[in-house]
Amino acid sequence: MNRIEIWPKDGFGDPHADGVFTHIRELGIDTVSAVDSARLFFLAGDITDEQVATLAGELLVDKVTERVVLGTTADDGKNVIETHMQVGVMDPTAASILSAAKEMGIELRTVQTGRRYELGGDVTEEQKVTISTKLLANAVIEDYYLDAHTPDEHPGTPYQLDLKIVSLLELDEAGLMKLSEEGHMFLNITEMKAIQDYYRAKGREPRDVELEMLAQTWSEHCGHKTFRSDVKVMNAKGEVVEEIPNLLKNTVFKATMDLNKPWCLNVFADNAGVIEFDEENAICFKVETHNHPSAIEPYGGSMTGIGGVVRDPMGTGLGSRPIANTDVFCFGDTTMDLADVPAGVLHPRRTMRGVVAGVRDYGNRMGIPTVNGAVYFDDRYIGNPLVFCGTVAIMPREAAFKQHPNHGDTIVVVGGRTGRDGIHGATFSSGEMTHETESEFSHAVQIGNAITEKKILDTLLQARDKKLYTCITDCGAGGLSSAVGEMGEEIGAKVQLEDIPIKYAGLSYDEIWISEAQERMVLAVSPDKVDELLALFASEDVEATDIGTFGLTDDNDKGLLELYYGETLVGELDMEFLHDGTPRPTKDALWDFVPAATPAPATKDSYNDELLAVLASPNVASKEWVIRQYDHEVQGTSAIKPLVGVGEDGPGDAAVVTPIYGSNKAVAISCGMNPTLGDLDPYQSALHAVDEALRNLVSVGGDVETTAILDNFCWGNCNKPDRMGALVQAAKACYEAAMTYGTPFVSGKDSLNNEFVTDTGETIAIPPTLLISAFGLVDDASKCITSDAKAAGNKVYLVGTTRPELGGAHLLLANGLDTGNDVPPVDCKTNFNTFVALGKAIRSGLARTCHDLSEGGLAAAAAEMAFSGGLGIELSTDAMIVDGDASQTAKLFGESAGRFLVEVTPDNAAAFEAAMGETACAAIGEITDTGRVQIDSAIDLANTDTKAAWQGTFNW
Amino acid sequence: MATPKALVLRTAGTNCDRETEYALQQAGFEVERIHVFRIMETPTLLEKFQFLVVPGGFSYGDDVAAGKILANQMLHALAEPLNRFVEAGKLALGICNGFQVLIKSGLLPWGNVNTEEANRDATLAWNDCGMFKCKWVHMSCDSQKCVFLPHGEVIALPMAHGEGKFVTATPEILATIQQQDQVALRYCDEAGTIGGAPNPNGSMDDIAGLCDPTGRVLGLMPHPERFVETIHHPQWTRKDIRRADGRLFFDGAYSHLTQ
Repeated sequence: MNRIEIWPKDGFGDPHADGVFTHIRELGIDTVSAVDSARLFFLAGDITDEQVATLAGELLVDKVTERVVLGTTADDGKNVIETHMQVGVMDPTAASILSAAKEMGIELRTVQTGRRYELGGDVTEEQKVTISTKLLANAVIEDYYLDAHTPDEHPGTPYQLDLKIVSLLELDEAGLMKLSEEGHMFLNITEMKAIQDYYRAKGREPRDVELEMLAQTWSEHCGHKTFRSDVKVMNAKGEVVEEIPNLLKNTVFKATMDLNKPWCLNVFADNAGVIEFDEENAICFKVETHNHPSAIEPYGGSMTGIGGVVRDPMGTGLGSRPIANTDVFCFGDTTMDLADVPAGVLHPRRTMRGVVAGVRDYGNRMGIPTVNGAVYFDDRYIGNPLVFCGTVAIMPREAAFKQHPNHGDTIVVVGGRTGRDGIHGATFSSGEMTHETESEFSHAVQIGNAITEKKILDTLLQARDKKLYTCITDCGAGGLSSAVGEMGEEIGAKVQLEDIPIKYAGLSYDEIWISEAQERMVLAVSPDKVDELLALFASEDVEATDIGTFGLTDDNDKGLLELYYGETLVGELDMEFLHDGTPRPTKDALWDFVPAATPAPATKDSYNDELLAVLASPNVASKEWVIRQYDHEVQGTSAIKPLVGVGEDGPGDAAVVTPIYGSNKAVAISCGMNPTLGDLDPYQSALHAVDEALRNLVSVGGDVETTAILDNFCWGNCNKPDRMGALVQAAKACYEAAMTYGTPFVSGKDSLNNEFVTDTGETIAIPPTLLISAFGLVDDASKCITSDAKAAGNKVYLVGTTRPELGGAHLLLANGLDTGNDVPPVDCKTNFNTFVALGKAIRSGLARTCHDLSEGGLAAAAAEMAFSGGLGIELSTDAMIVDGDASQTAKLFGESAGRFLVEVTPDNAAAFEAAMGETACAAIGEITDTGRVQIDSAIDLANTDTKAAWQGTFNW
Repeated sequence: MATPKALVLRTAGTNCDRETEYALQQAGFEVERIHVFRIMETPTLLEKFQFLVVPGGFSYGDDVAAGKILANQMLHALAEPLNRFVEAGKLALGICNGFQVLIKSGLLPWGNVNTEEANRDATLAWNDCGMFKCKWVHMSCDSQKCVFLPHGEVIALPMAHGEGKFVTATPEILATIQQQDQVALRYCDEAGTIGGAPNPNGSMDDIAGLCDPTGRVLGLMPHPERFVETIHHPQWTRKDIRRADGRLFFDGAYSHLTQ
């Protein structure tokens, strides 16, 4: 192995090492006085020293800012930490160097990479281990050494077929459950028995890969068993108060069916929900979670989260082109003491940095603008951080519909190679996390390579337009097993496992089949088009391989999946059993709502401090640190951006992108979520989430009547009836909201079992968390508006009705006050009328500015509007339209749904009022040139103070 | 006169090729997006074009360093045809990752692709903040030589990069670049005042864009192709935006080639 070190030259700085230095300080180690770092490369091959020097000097080093050390810098008593990529982990840099060297006429056999750190000051061995494990090396993909290390070359050993048969037929219940647990199958006794019955009828023992495949297909993650279960709801006395067959079908999905919107083209049947865009095009949207992997390895986990959700639209219909990404995260308290972090869990700050970096590095490389998102904090996300990633994509209308393979179509896998990464990902995502999960499931984290996915996308769209394939799907959870299994559901498939390209030698047949290695898509290709398709992919350096055939095996009418390794049949399953053999479970739910009013906070003369606390609270505070790391401008389609205003740093409500060059036809994208309310009243919480998503969309000028929504439920363990009870409430509220607002659900996903068991046996369940994402059509983006105040002298209207309830208000959370469960009830029907009227008024040019009222209520919205616009705002609550007896606190900080602040020029005031018609709409003040937010005599603060509070929290 | 032809060179990881194609079409060019492999297979393909644009993105994932691997392909497979292209009086523009590619292949600062000069005198290093950053910046068009831009104008464009800090190996090299009037764009504030806070990445001499000694090869970190409609501007809902500044680059190239 030839070792090469690349060091920064003196005087040119090293931001990477500077960052590490800061992060070491954040770990609480303040004796480190300096950090230097070098990039390490290890080259193997039949190469001369001169060739090594050429590669180092012309390819690996930046001649201006860096210098080369051939060989090893002496450790000389320095505090050294080296991190090395583990063998077998996908290393895109190594692959790039191999091919670049070839272009220079130098043939390398292998390349490995790493980093060397030298720490100045006093550091104990124990601290070095802490720095290595908590900061520098990720045990899942990297090894660390406390001295100079040069790895050996690992040629790998070829796999010799070793077919494994599992003894199942004679097991009793205890034996079945032991098999389920030890095999990480996460299946319950009913399911295990169904499998036993199947094999008893077949008269043979199962092969291991068959059980793996069943566990994967029947996993919570792939099968949404909980959401499709029959639910029995009981009250606290144990009385059954409601029975709901197939929860999903009778709530979320039912709304879509009942609404039956003609512009919904392909919903709940495909990888993403598709709606009409214009006469030629359709758009689709999918939001996924990638929680469990992100808890273990935030960077890799979130990367594969975004990578996976981008592949969903690529595999929807005949494939679509992504036009926007969204991201919503939930973390624990980023300011907590390291000592208080439970074993087996990363510090929330490290998790947040890693997650943000992963989404950044993958999304930016894919060239998809990240335009909308949110970040929420709650202590209970400590063991189960949530990572929601969404992708909106566009396709020709004729490519919008789900297709099926024909008998005899060739199965072609394109993209990345299959490796040992991501094995058991789907089943792992379906279980609870414990402090030992990190070590048991380290292999379940996939490693992403955005450029491979970008290459697939570039080539795939060409292949689609040339009509070279019949149907397509992505390899997500469940890998090839799931992708081929789904595509061949009706007609069966025969696969040659040894034909599937692998990353390194030694993979067994079952590993190949169930691996969730990233960046792979499966195509069904008519035999007469295979050559052209393979040539097209080869021309863009994307691997594409014929791995088998759909349908057309002997007596295969019902659909049989056959897996061969060479001549040996290593797996055989009836498609019908695989897809429909799982017994639909029954779940018990407990729901008994005992109202508890919020203790009325004392009325005060001044609420300045309370407002500053709300603005600085983590859910409300500026997320500019995150947003700036994402490219939200790529593709040149951005009309309304995530940050707005005179300083281009105020909070935008929704993003608007114009995906067709030369046209102002646009899609507006927004989201709504409120985990605190989920705790208090899951039903109202879900209504609030839908209302907020739509409110945000209406604020920029979106049209609620051409808007569709998506649901993502992240819940605790729903085998526990109280969690299930809350889920039922939220699901039923989704039905009411979708029906009343007329916004169909077109896609959804759930991630249940988000609970963490600490080493002391304590269970931490996340708050019930429902993300609603919305996307709606905008005919002309140039009619859209933003949330920043525009000009002194303009009138300010409060649209919507303010209610007295304070339950869950951020005023209480941010100021350490108690809350009851009296969440302000959402009047969806009234709000719908408001949304329609306001949206029309905005699109008619009657409003200059609109900002919705959400976290922090009127006071926070007014402050944001003022500092974003660099202007003042003066409001009086006297004219507010109030329902019931709202206190001054509720008027200022209450979080009733369906409300907006709207800025209107005096010239347009009459027309605006007329356009709002019967809806609640009151002039409550005006924009001023004072640079202050002033409400009654209760709030009077300078923008410099409000903005500093809002920006200070995440000024990382 | 025949419509000038522009080549948008793409490869694995290029991701601004479609919007760059549109911006060129708006200006009047006939545009083709071609993979670098096709050019490496048939270098004579270059001959029919008058304008070469290397767009933004993450060519080869920015593995090793931003733009390095594509620059390596230019150096080892395309040096001669590219040098002929430039010597023939044609134009080349590198945007963001494209700028990184031009500087690492030698086309900037001295206008010649060769392993000796490539990345010897200047580079684009990591931003001082150590992070990728996406924001709008103002720049002043400072070169009389640069054929793309109207000298003296102040323009706004979005930037989105991690490795955009322009650095020269020595102060003498920077002085030569300045003396030869190669500094095409400097970060400034809205009023055109150069220096200080508006510099987003720590670039020497506030350099955002650089041309070669002929003024016909230009590289810049911000993205002109992302501001070709007035509604791309971050403040169009606040004020009247009269001009989409990004168009200046493509219109300038078109006028130069057709005048």
